[in-house]
Amino acid sequence: MNAFSKLLSGAAIGLAVTAVALPVNAETPANMLVIANRIDDITTLDPAESFEFAGADVSRNVYGKLVNFDPLNLDAGYQPDLAESWEISEDGRTITFTMREGVKFHSGNPVTAEDAEFSLRRAVLLNKTPSFILTQFGFTPENIEDTIRAEGNKLIITTDKRYASSFVLNCLTATIGGIVDKTLVMEHEVDGDMGNTWLKTNSAGSGAYTLVSWKPNESVTLQANPDFYQGAPAMERVIVRHIQESATQRLLLERGDIDIARNLNPEDIAGVMDEGGIKISDELKGRLMYVSLGQQNPDLAKPQVRQAIKYLIDYEGMVNSFLKGQYTIQQNFLPLTYLGSVEENPFSLNVDKAKELLAEAGVDGLELTAGVREAQERLEIAQSLQNTFAMAGIKLNLTVGTGKQILGMYRARELDVYVGAWGPDYPDPQTNAGTFAFNPDNSTEAQNTGILAWRNSWDTGGLSEKVEAAVVENDRDKRAQMYRDIQAEFRETSPFAIMFQQIEQSALRDNVENFSTGQAITAASYWQVTK
Amino acid sequence: MAAEGQKTEGRPRALFPRWIGQTGITLGSIAFTMLGLLFVTFIIGRVMPIDPVLAIVGERASNEVYQQVYQDLGLDKPLLVQFGYYLWDVMHGDFGMSLLNARPVSEDIARVFPATLELATLGTLIGVFLGVPLGVLAAVKRGSWIDQIARVVALVGYSMPIFWLGLMGLLVFYGILGWVGGPGRVGIFYVDVVPSVTGMILIDSMLDGNWTVFRDALSHIVLPASLLGYYSLAYISRMTRSFMLEQLSAEYITTARVKGMSERAVIWRHAFRNIRVQLITVIALSYAGLLEGSVLTEIIFAWPGIGSYITTALLSADMNAVLGGTVVVGLVFVLLNVFSDLLYKFFDPRAQ
Repeated sequence: MNAFSKLLSGAAIGLAVTAVALPVNAETPANMLVIANRIDDITTLDPAESFEFAGADVSRNVYGKLVNFDPLNLDAGYQPDLAESWEISEDGRTITFTMREGVKFHSGNPVTAEDAEFSLRRAVLLNKTPSFILTQFGFTPENIEDTIRAEGNKLIITTDKRYASSFVLNCLTATIGGIVDKTLVMEHEVDGDMGNTWLKTNSAGSGAYTLVSWKPNESVTLQANPDFYQGAPAMERVIVRHIQESATQRLLLERGDIDIARNLNPEDIAGVMDEGGIKISDELKGRLMYVSLGQQNPDLAKPQVRQAIKYLIDYEGMVNSFLKGQYTIQQNFLPLTYLGSVEENPFSLNVDKAKELLAEAGVDGLELTAGVREAQERLEIAQSLQNTFAMAGIKLNLTVGTGKQILGMYRARELDVYVGAWGPDYPDPQTNAGTFAFNPDNSTEAQNTGILAWRNSWDTGGLSEKVEAAVVENDRDKRAQMYRDIQAEFRETSPFAIMFQQIEQSALRDNVENFSTGQAITAASYWQVTK
Repeated sequence: MAAEGQKTEGRPRALFPRWIGQTGITLGSIAFTMLGLLFVTFIIGRVMPIDPVLAIVGERASNEVYQQVYQDLGLDKPLLVQFGYYLWDVMHGDFGMSLLNARPVSEDIARVFPATLELATLGTLIGVFLGVPLGVLAAVKRGSWIDQIARVVALVGYSMPIFWLGLMGLLVFYGILGWVGGPGRVGIFYVDVVPSVTGMILIDSMLDGNWTVFRDALSHIVLPASLLGYYSLAYISRMTRSFMLEQLSAEYITTARVKGMSERAVIWRHAFRNIRVQLITVIALSYAGLLEGSVLTEIIFAWPGIGSYITTALLSADMNAVLGGTVVVGLVFVLLNVFSDLLYKFFDPRAQ
């Protein structure tokens, strides 16, 4: 039997020796940025189609836009990018952009007004999911020859009616506003798809980085554009690795094999917070968590009941326990950092007040059904609601299901209560005002399933008109005030209890400077990062 | 010999050689199994409460956009018609496009399956080379401390959550000791350095003669492969022990010992030889299990294999990807079964 023992020992020693002898990398190079992130949401990298978070990160670094946000000064709002200036006509419907001279695409082709015209027309013609960001201004396949046109070095866009210029320009900072290289894209056109198939996995931009590769669920690799008009980025290569697990991201960060971990859970954030060589960066994001009350339920349609429920939510308790570090209290439909956002959060858990309001409404022994999608944080919120609602005698039954099941019920107006999340589509207040506080036709036949107010059968009672007025107001300060007023009324009258705004906590090696995830208004950018 | 004589003389000569008939039956059985697998997976995919349209258009899309995509995907057609179209495409080697990343599913599978194959093969080799001797040793030394250790090793392997063990392995061997590479198939410096021929980095780097990449890839695979190998070892060693105990208690073993054969000859030439067929089944099952993809291991080690590919696709309602992955996994099972059958016949003439 000695032979067996020798075999076992030999194998074990062999493995150990092999392991000891293997090389280990401990630090990323000074000109390379390595990020761990969950990037399994990327479905396409075509800016006319991309509508996911990780895809927006890629797009922001690869494509220039007419106007864009400066990552080092996000509060300044949109700034000139590929358009160096613009003029607005007296009737407020036409914006004439003057293109920046001397900028080139990664292919070496010059960036022209014709490319900008092609890019915006293409987004309208392809009619992919985010196309509404442009078509809401009245651009249609039939009229784009007239409404989006290039003349020499100028791009001229004409909207169907007067809109606040800040609204139009903010929308052009969205991913769909990325300017693509017409010549290169059309070289790859197949069956009239305007290069859509090719652009899903390739890039044709003029931004700070060019796409080297996207391996789904594995990595995205970007290479710096040495001819970037703002100057070559310090980080010559950016690698975003798909690392699903928080604990794995943490280990990689601690070992120095990555520079930034973007998905650490609160426990791992707490674990690395006091470690040398690592720092934490908090940024407010646009995602909101809310509870809505279906107005088709006659009890929930009573104003006192709506108010009572807003007093039956343990906002403080949740952000200080299972949502700690990930969310902050926000009871308004505009995320903080948006134009017109406010920090007024008047509601807190007050069971006595809620009972009074319920009694005033003549409601007793209320039993409700809440739709909850299968996601840990939503389930925990729903359980907290179940607990606090019960304190005032409201029985909350939870229906937990997949997106298809719960959203189907929500869109069909079948839910009493919905525990939901909402992220803005573009960095303008209209994106949320137009869904929370706007509902031009509350009838069932209207089938405005994309509008949250409609899904909750809520006739906004005059707020729709106020939203329409705000969206055409050209005075920025006046417009901001209009949104503050709308939100003040919305807080009191709406069937929505907005609860929380997301915070993104990134953990970085302490030599990484100027990294920005883009706050609530845009995506992450890498060209300003130094080490 | 008498039986052979009877067979040739007593039966009429067959129209085709016997092996052609057997091959035909095997291929027919494979085709029937695959068809059944495809049909069941397809139907489950269509009736389960996930919505591929929603996954594509997003929850805030208008009804018009939703309906357009619904029709584009052919979901408005009867289930059997949808399945017919799908089957036709598969028979032409087309698994369709991934609904979510817009790439051909066949390309995705060609990328993720070699990663799993590489990991599972190494894991199985570790499991076999350690598990079989351990099982034999435990049987021969039944009741001894070696047997007890083998039992504990197997028990831990059966009962310890792979998720926990993987994280602990990473923490100790990568995080603290730094003996092995971290998550991922290869360090960031070596990504795409060697041309992909087989998709298995260890082999590709050898073919390319790039030993730096080979060492780096080895440093990354050694931990997840050891982990999978350990679970494989636990199973194989217990089964080996059980098979060996049965043989060692047989009368022919006593006879061999009485005849004065050495203990080594008794164990290896007699007892072990008779458990080879059973062991092949156990090893094939274990290997097939690993080839299916160990989702948790792949997640912890950021290993882009077929297990996490199918799981992600399933959670994202990407049914083309799920079906494509399932077909490949099913095919692997079938082929391993066929291979096992061939090995049976090689090791045991009675099976012929």
